[in-house]
Amino acid sequence: MIYKDSKILLEVRGLCANVSGTEILKGLDLTVKSGEIHAIMGPNGSGKSTFSKILAGHSAYEVTGGTVMFEGQNLLDLAPEERARAGVFLAFQYPIEIPGVGNSQFLRLTYNTVQTHCGKEELDPLEFDDYVREKMKLLEMSPDFLERSVNEGFSGGEKKRNEILQMAMLDPRLAILDETDSGLDIDALRIVANGVNQLANKDNAIVLVTHYQRLLNYIVPDYVHVMEAGRIIKTGGKELALELESRGYDWVGVENKAAARATA
Amino acid sequence: MSATLQNLVNQPYKHGFVTSIESDVAPKGLNEDTIRMISAKKKEPEWLLEFRLKSYEAWLKMEEPAWPNVHYPKIDFQAISYYAAPKQKPKLKSMDEVDPELLRTFEKLGVPLHERMALAGVAVDVIFDSVSVATTYKDKLAEVGIIFCSMSEAVLDHPELVKKYLGTVIPSSDNFYAALNSAVFTDGSFCYIPKGVKCPMDLSTYFRINTEESGQFERTMIIAEEGSSVSYLEGCTAPAFSSNQLHAAVVELVALDNADIKYSTVQNWYAGDENGVGGIYNFVTKRGLAKGVNSRISWTQVETGSAITWKYPSCVLLGDNSVGEFYSVAVTNHYQQADTGTKMIHIGKNTRSTIVSKGISAGHSNNSYRGLVKIAPSATGARNYSQCDSMLVGHQSGAHTFPYIQVANNNSQVEHEASTSKIGEDQLFYFAQRGINAEAAVSMIINGFCKDVFQQLPMEFAVEATALLSFKLEGSVG
Repeated sequence: MIYKDSKILLEVRGLCANVSGTEILKGLDLTVKSGEIHAIMGPNGSGKSTFSKILAGHSAYEVTGGTVMFEGQNLLDLAPEERARAGVFLAFQYPIEIPGVGNSQFLRLTYNTVQTHCGKEELDPLEFDDYVREKMKLLEMSPDFLERSVNEGFSGGEKKRNEILQMAMLDPRLAILDETDSGLDIDALRIVANGVNQLANKDNAIVLVTHYQRLLNYIVPDYVHVMEAGRIIKTGGKELALELESRGYDWVGVENKAAARATA
Repeated sequence: MSATLQNLVNQPYKHGFVTSIESDVAPKGLNEDTIRMISAKKKEPEWLLEFRLKSYEAWLKMEEPAWPNVHYPKIDFQAISYYAAPKQKPKLKSMDEVDPELLRTFEKLGVPLHERMALAGVAVDVIFDSVSVATTYKDKLAEVGIIFCSMSEAVLDHPELVKKYLGTVIPSSDNFYAALNSAVFTDGSFCYIPKGVKCPMDLSTYFRINTEESGQFERTMIIAEEGSSVSYLEGCTAPAFSSNQLHAAVVELVALDNADIKYSTVQNWYAGDENGVGGIYNFVTKRGLAKGVNSRISWTQVETGSAITWKYPSCVLLGDNSVGEFYSVAVTNHYQQADTGTKMIHIGKNTRSTIVSKGISAGHSNNSYRGLVKIAPSATGARNYSQCDSMLVGHQSGAHTFPYIQVANNNSQVEHEASTSKIGEDQLFYFAQRGINAEAAVSMIINGFCKDVFQQLPMEFAVEATALLSFKLEGSVG
């Protein structure tokens, strides 16, 4: 929701980035204020997922220009774990499996690490168990989830729910959801969206990276951005997503070029 | 004592040592005289000298095994000193008589012979180079009839027991290194648990190589009489030298009817530096004979050290319904090489064995699991379950699995599972994105990977092993 006088959480200016020598981001601008939900849409290869990984600090990408400020500090100066502790959360498109590491043990370590960083008390295993089970209800997850290894043998839907569970636990300032809707059937999509909606509040912000409009029926964005060739080329309200759904992405680029010619 | 021998024994001590303690080091080289010298130094009975000389004769005719998946320059067995001992006071009555320099050494190694071990209630035998320097809790154990002492003492005080079992599980001609050990073994631990006694505390031996050009050839024996049980722990370290030291130990276990022996090792011999210079050659023969019905022998090992490890703690399941277990974690980093595993020889009826092996290779290291499951025609209804998992860290390490399965009857069951995984950048990024740094992530992944083995270790050892592994792999990822 857009709030009057809310603070700027994330400010991206002219961000350029390479992956193994190929330029993927070419001057991306984005401002996200607390309380807001943004959707970044765009065709495959437009740089959406790259953008989300760069915000989280993935080492495969080299930032070649621009700035990223998060709550007043230069995000690009921080190691990935420091970004996470500062409140940047990425729900992965393909959450990786970690065999042998128990989910509950992993969740507790991540929770306590972030808590400690914020100067708060750690939870002991019993307290944590209560805490996490409460959060799991939000996502209608079965308790045996905690007994399994992290993401190992999880279905696509279970992996995505596990991501949102972690978001619920860590209560980040900025959550970036990378294609969280992909691979979800309609029931799972509803559960996940419902969870995200309950987590959204006036102090945090959510950036949804998605290819399809479908998710936006459940999580209503305040802004929709269209990305193409490493830049945001159009920004609108939630109705822009519907227009994209019916007309595809091509017209945005054409219109954009025409506009550029007109101003030249 | 002959004149030559006198000269040998009285030679000036010409080596500098890491623990500066007055030492008694035999000149380099191996021949019959060396063996006679060792035997004489230990005031051994004639039959033991005979055993040694026979072993030496056998060894001369044997060749170094070439089949392990390890590579090293040929060892010059004449360039090794076969006896090194801190110059000993006649007999130690209590811990207070131990040379304070030695006590400090073990204190540094985290093996305080006084307080902590006393608190933990673990009886410790400490082997420094070739001799046992201290055994704690001896008297308390003696009250229930348990004999826990150095091998040298056992030979003198309980010759009938040593004679009855020595070489019965591992004949001196078993293999090249076992033969060498049988000829020149110096000390080690001896445990005897009488009928029906459950050993009230963990027994532990701590091995330390201190001398640069000496080999360590210890010999350990554990005899568990009918209905008895014992848990035994073994730890090893050595200082960092740029040369390689040879460690060729022999461990024999015998479990009689309904007896239970659990043998745990955390091996952390010096592994050489990051370029593969120096380190221990760890060529060890360990075997347990589950002789009686319903007996059980369980090996747990965490192998993190040594430049080269060649070791297959095995079980011969002779008694009906006997059980053999092998739980292993082997970690190699830099240029370390490990070829380790087990042999489960099923002879008795309804014998069961379990093998869980976890290999972790980092750096340029090479880690091989080699295991034999052999089911004899007589072992009807035998069962084996084997699980061999390898984990690769980085791009230049190697993991290999060599399982051998021989089944000679048609009503036994053998299962073998294997997997290979890798600690990848993406796993570490996932942890990082949740606020967890690389070290904590690696330690969590490794512990998860080794969980099945660590939970077999006695509590204190498990904590030590976990810390050791994290330290060992520090900086090898990412």
